[in-house]
Amino acid sequence: MERSLFARQPSVLVFIGLLALFTIVITILSEGFGLGIVSTSFIKILGKTLCLCLIAIAMDLVWGYCGILSLGHFAFFGLGGYMIGMWLMYERTKDIVIASLSGGELPATPEEITEAIGTQIFGVVGGAEIPVVWYFADSLFAQLLLVVLVPGLLALVFGWLAFRSRVTGVYLSILTQAMTLALSLYLFQNDSGLRGNNGLSGLQNIPGLTEVSQSVVSAWFFLASALALGLGYLVAAWVVSGKFGNVIRAIRDDEARIRFMGYPVEAYKLVVFTLTAVIAAIAGALYYPQAGIINPAEIAPIASIYLAVWVAIGGRGRLYGAVIGAATVSLLSSWFTGGQAPSIPLGFYTIDWVDWWQVLLGLGFVLVTLFAPKGIGGLFDRLVRKDAAS
Amino acid sequence: MLRIIFLLLAALLAFAPANAQDADLNALLETYRTKIEKPSRTTIGPVLDALVESQLPGVAVFLEKWREKELWQRKSDGRFFLVEKADGGKLMLIDVATGEQAGLAEKNDLDNLKPNSGVRGVIAGALVQFQLSDPDPERRLQALTALERAPDASHLSILRAAIDSEPDPAIKARKERLQRLLTIQFGSDQARRVAAIESFAGDPGVDARAALNPLLATSIKVFDTAPEGVNVARLLTPGSDIDAEAAYQLLVDAGKARPIVPLADRKQALIDNIENGMVAGTPVAELVSQSARDRAYLALAANGTVPPLVTREEQRQAVADHVFAEVYAEPDPVLTTAARETLANISGTVGFYQFLDLALDGLSLASIYFLAAIGLAITFGVMGVINMAHGEFIMIGAYTGYVVQQFIPNYTVSIIVALPLAFAVAFLAGVALERLVIRYLAHRPLETLLATFGVSIALQQIAKNIFGTQARPLTSPSWLDGAWVLNDVVSISYIRIAIFVLALAFLGLLLFVLNKTRLGLEVRAVTQNPRMASSMGINPDRINMLTFGLGSGIAGIAGVAIGLFAKVTSELGSGYIVQSFMTVVVGGVGNIWGTLAGAGMIGSLQKLIEFFNPSNTLAAQTYMIIFIIIFIQFRPKGIIALKGRAAGD
Amino acid sequence: MSALLEVTSISVSFDGFKAINNLSFEIGGQELRAIIGPNGAGKTTFMDIVTGKTRPDEGRVRFGEPQLDLLRLSESQIARAGVGRKFQRPTVFEAQSVRDNLTMALSNDRLPFAVLRYKPSKEDDGRVSALAEEIGLSGELDRTAGELSHGQKQWLEIGILLAQEPKLLLVDEPAAGMTLGEREHTTDLLRRAAETRAVVVVEHDMEFVRRLDCKVTVLHEGSVLAEGTLDHVTANSDVIDVYLGR
Repeated sequence: MERSLFARQPSVLVFIGLLALFTIVITILSEGFGLGIVSTSFIKILGKTLCLCLIAIAMDLVWGYCGILSLGHFAFFGLGGYMIGMWLMYERTKDIVIASLSGGELPATPEEITEAIGTQIFGVVGGAEIPVVWYFADSLFAQLLLVVLVPGLLALVFGWLAFRSRVTGVYLSILTQAMTLALSLYLFQNDSGLRGNNGLSGLQNIPGLTEVSQSVVSAWFFLASALALGLGYLVAAWVVSGKFGNVIRAIRDDEARIRFMGYPVEAYKLVVFTLTAVIAAIAGALYYPQAGIINPAEIAPIASIYLAVWVAIGGRGRLYGAVIGAATVSLLSSWFTGGQAPSIPLGFYTIDWVDWWQVLLGLGFVLVTLFAPKGIGGLFDRLVRKDAAS
Repeated sequence: MLRIIFLLLAALLAFAPANAQDADLNALLETYRTKIEKPSRTTIGPVLDALVESQLPGVAVFLEKWREKELWQRKSDGRFFLVEKADGGKLMLIDVATGEQAGLAEKNDLDNLKPNSGVRGVIAGALVQFQLSDPDPERRLQALTALERAPDASHLSILRAAIDSEPDPAIKARKERLQRLLTIQFGSDQARRVAAIESFAGDPGVDARAALNPLLATSIKVFDTAPEGVNVARLLTPGSDIDAEAAYQLLVDAGKARPIVPLADRKQALIDNIENGMVAGTPVAELVSQSARDRAYLALAANGTVPPLVTREEQRQAVADHVFAEVYAEPDPVLTTAARETLANISGTVGFYQFLDLALDGLSLASIYFLAAIGLAITFGVMGVINMAHGEFIMIGAYTGYVVQQFIPNYTVSIIVALPLAFAVAFLAGVALERLVIRYLAHRPLETLLATFGVSIALQQIAKNIFGTQARPLTSPSWLDGAWVLNDVVSISYIRIAIFVLALAFLGLLLFVLNKTRLGLEVRAVTQNPRMASSMGINPDRINMLTFGLGSGIAGIAGVAIGLFAKVTSELGSGYIVQSFMTVVVGGVGNIWGTLAGAGMIGSLQKLIEFFNPSNTLAAQTYMIIFIIIFIQFRPKGIIALKGRAAGD
Repeated sequence: MSALLEVTSISVSFDGFKAINNLSFEIGGQELRAIIGPNGAGKTTFMDIVTGKTRPDEGRVRFGEPQLDLLRLSESQIARAGVGRKFQRPTVFEAQSVRDNLTMALSNDRLPFAVLRYKPSKEDDGRVSALAEEIGLSGELDRTAGELSHGQKQWLEIGILLAQEPKLLLVDEPAAGMTLGEREHTTDLLRRAAETRAVVVVEHDMEFVRRLDCKVTVLHEGSVLAEGTLDHVTANSDVIDVYLGR
């Protein structure tokens, strides 16, 4: 009976293989390491897409497998981005400040450096003091730890409160949405200590690596994102393939029944919710250095709902479905809204996709929900099964 | 000329008892002629004083015409006249003293005096005393308003004199009040001022506080010994009441201590004394910390190159040797005490009214939330459907109102048309959504949530494509402009009152529909047991469709109401969706009273948090949501929860 | 021997309706008991209280040795303490295989991190096979539970309950919708189960209760109306009144 993860889930092997192939091909074609056929900006788009695929896996785990329709996972994603962004921005500003102060007649004191960093970063929100939340901002290690700890703790506390009081179904969705809204509103304030609606910027510059060109940096981030996605996929596949996976699917299908079998349903939900929040945060920490900027609007509730849309379109309850959904929709989105899609002239009116893509996406999503509840992944399954049958 | 003299004589004869005075006004004006011809703000004072003191009857009219630029001067003799238009482009001269006609004159023979606005202001001030006793009550009120805006010590006696003769009780009360305010500010008699101060106890008016507060203005002063001969508000202990640094700075400012050399000056001093890459024997490269810099500076100070630093001990000693006190600018302690007590009393009253105002604000916000959420509560309660496109139905209502206003320019009529039309449009949109999407997702609430979200993004973008991204105005009729003002603290705009009334009307209407009509009966039957209801001949599909239409229609009406005070954009609805969900969830699903309770709680809570942190509405919303998340811990089913098996599990 | 389950004067009401009215009930360690009663007698509510789904307004519920106060435990804790419940409608996890259903039910550590590390052992596989044998589903182990017939789902659910090794088994209308052959099989299962534990069966069907051949408790309007053998209680005039109408 003892079978390996790959034997139980052959699709994992296929996925990892395809991901590795894709990564190698893109790296070879990249400007940073290879032939320079794929532009740096496109590498960044692909790298970001891989991060979105990773958070989609987290979403699939929590919603597709455990039945918790969280409308808050993008909040964890954003928090992860903020945590790494603090280090990137602080250290980078410090480099700039030290360089500019070195021209002075006296060497700069630590106090002067700190003050200059404060003015540089927080002048935009009318401050010069460095807020307490930036206490660890000069330590990469600490901020990496916080990438996991802050969203993880938030998920733990919120989840404990919500699951404990048996909030389920649409109520829970609304509650997670409220949490997201509260967080983004909080970050929008200037005195949140995270630069209000300006957010953190210049994150694409890696401190200490200023002489390394963006094409190389972006290729490294692309590779790191691919690695994270691969690992995330493995972890998720491992979680859902065993008895734990059976239990969380049972929670999704009939919460009361599994509770009467003696399983502490709330503890399971909390584990899944927190684990996926951490995965989302890691995805965010990889995403925002590639995006270069993060602001509270990124955390707005609508982003989390889009995440649910991706997973639904891709097909929930199957991990590769989440990846397909996130990749397809986000790439299509940037193609359509980037103005690359050709307009359709109707004579009396020209359909400009920058304006109409959202409408197409919205209606397309309604159609998927109505007619293909299993999403693209469901179609995939049907094809595979047909092959097996014939 | 002869004619004029003749007329003057006639006038003299006609007004024999006032003869001397009549002659005097013109004579008086003659005295000040040059100053009246070319008046300036600084020189006009004595002229006006003289005129007022003369107490001549024509003075008031003269000053008024002068201020209104209707005073004319005859070039030939420099005499001042009022004029009336006469035939043939000529002007009929009117004597300033008698008001009699004084013959026709060509325009070219006259100069029109046009004093500048500064001078006119001064004239207006002098005019006040005449206007305060003017027979026309309207003008008396104007005069009072002018006085309230720019009070002056000289007005006090005038005002006092004008009180007894006042026939109108309302104006008399206002004069009386102003008199007391002026007494506080400018009075000379202590007892009278104290009485005036104390008379304002419990008065919430801003003017009362504005008059009292200057009496309590303080400044921090330094004394060598215990302060005497000044009105001390309180003594300050350095370190607790006043920052020790600030206290020392006060000593420096008073010339009682040596100034501290600021950090920037110290740095500059170091830079100025760099010699061969060294400062006082320390290499520049070693000055990488503040303490190293301080040591270098001390070394320089020891040489006498730079002023020595003030040591901490010296600072401490200097502060300890002096007494710091807050001193009132007003020297009379009786007055300051009375003012302090009265202000304390007033703040109690003001607190009460602020609470009232807050309650009204909360009520108005609650009615907005109620309107926005009640449609959602109905669809959620009856069908268990979360409609994420609810916000877009609100938006549809608001845009309907905007479009109606493009065709019907009369705002009153357009609002009356827009309300039912918004209901109809949103109703139809709701019915379409129910028939095309929601019906096929029955009993899959999470998927309904997502599908309606798809509809929501599509609708939002369509609205953006049609109406553009800029905000569209939905103008309220002019009778809704302005606010109902109880006093200086409590006021509420008419639009908010109208929305409150609208919410109340819909509460009544819904209660009626659900409890007293056939439709309501069927809706309640479907809510409780759809299978049983359908076996009794009720068509649940029809009921669901109508319910959804009803809920959406009310959202449309809410859209018009919200559009009246917020700009209409495609994001109008999504701004309310989370609050609406909160309202429904907090109140308890499936119950109109629950929604009312939820809206009331969220509305008043939000206002309360804003009251404690008025600068930051974002924080208020954040804290409110956190509160709601915690609230749901204790009442997962809302304030008004259905109990027992009907609630489902 | 003291009672396994001791329910002492519990009452519960919903919106003024007294579903359970001062009910007391006891059952020993190895006993089969049938509870009968007309609709609304409080049978299901009684089970809800014992399994922790509903909290009574007053009264005590004690279970096991040493005695546990069930009213202080959550549903899953009660289940882990050894109370198994079978619902009226067969509820198995239809998307998962019979084997997965049974494996989940085996009495292993149920806390998340233990489950995450769980690897199926020889012993567990053996137990699953034995259980499948007992409930007659040996051939269906790798089928998806949703594909089973109604009767097979009922047995699978009983199998799930047996796998939990409960000390007390609460069974709600097991015979509903079964064919005659299936009923006989079910009766056997329950009687065999009662040899090692307490089994409480709530049932409408008098024939089925007669076949169980055990002590019967009659509930009416939330309290015990009569107790004894089936023949004894059916001879009771109160019971006849309640069942045949007044």
